[in-house]
Amino acid sequence: MDFILLAISCIFVNNILLAQYLGNCPFLGTSKKMDTAVGMAMAVVFVLVLAGIITWVTEYFLLRPLGLEFLRTIAFILVIAALVQFVEMFLKKSIPALYAGLGIFLPLITTNCAVMGVCLININEEYTFVTSLVTSISYAAGFGLALVLFAGVRERILLARVPKPLQDTSIGLVTAGMLALTFYAFKGMV
Amino acid sequence: MAKTIVQEFTKGLWDEIPPFRLVLGLCPTLAVTKSVENGIGMGLATTFVIVGSNILVSMLRNIIPSKVRIACFIVVIATFVTVVELLMQAYTYPLFLTLGIFIPLIVVNCIVLGRAEAFAFKNPVLPSLADGLGIGIGFTLALGALGAVRELFGNGTLLGAQIMPASFQPFGFMVQAPGAFVCLGLMLCVMNVLGKK
Repeated sequence: MDFILLAISCIFVNNILLAQYLGNCPFLGTSKKMDTAVGMAMAVVFVLVLAGIITWVTEYFLLRPLGLEFLRTIAFILVIAALVQFVEMFLKKSIPALYAGLGIFLPLITTNCAVMGVCLININEEYTFVTSLVTSISYAAGFGLALVLFAGVRERILLARVPKPLQDTSIGLVTAGMLALTFYAFKGMV
Repeated sequence: MAKTIVQEFTKGLWDEIPPFRLVLGLCPTLAVTKSVENGIGMGLATTFVIVGSNILVSMLRNIIPSKVRIACFIVVIATFVTVVELLMQAYTYPLFLTLGIFIPLIVVNCIVLGRAEAFAFKNPVLPSLADGLGIGIGFTLALGALGAVRELFGNGTLLGAQIMPASFQPFGFMVQAPGAFVCLGLMLCVMNVLGKK
């Protein structure tokens, strides 16, 4: 039951994009078309879950026993960069269909702050292994949900006549604000 | 030569001011600008990292093989982020607590990596220093401005001092997540009206 509550809170109440402000560059960058949004969402789900596991292991089996917590930032970013590279090579060899689907979004994930952010949240909150697995999966699901919803709205905006100064990113941000407002309604639910 | 260095510096303040002209580094922009103080603190921390990594990348630009350059940039940036993290923990502890995970997350701020890749890797040390300083100060100003708007309407204060008359009803929407998006969107609109090249 606790895990269900935690999952709901991570997906809706503390949605990583709209309430925690993490991962906004790909949020605005890849949401102009539904296809790219779905590709990005899938790539993030995939990498975030793996990164959550591997950084947890790094923290508790490498950094803490050796007393190297101050190197956490460097260690995590290197682990994530290496993981992304490895996943890319693995997918290219063994699951070419998925690799083609994720395309350019895989390498971009290294500098996606949602991935690094969730790993740091897991460590800062002192979550156990299972708990951090649940939070990683649900934060990733929340990311995907928000991104796909936003892409749907944005495709409709393309058909609307927007005043010139407001075009593109500007109207995108205002729309994101409206979407954040709807997610805000979940506050106090958990 | 002197003129170009000045140009490198000033372009960050207006022509290429992030996050308005270059739409990068949105996460810290949205997250920490609840008040002017937080915005400027975050801006200065980022400036330190950009300047440091620009100088080091530019010094090492002939040694780093271009195939593994991104990995090298990330190590350099992560080093400076760790330095700034430890410094802030030691000297500005309250600010360190408010900014929270957004300090280690400077490492994935696209502005920093973008400057290393687009500028410092191709240019000598002095112009890189000027470029980093300009972009960093531009970013600080942008965060400060956004923080000022949100703090003024959300709390009726500026840098903690009461500005609005006592009858002013704080507009709580502005300091919440949705307000951050809308406010940044409207500021981008204002920047577009003020003139785009």
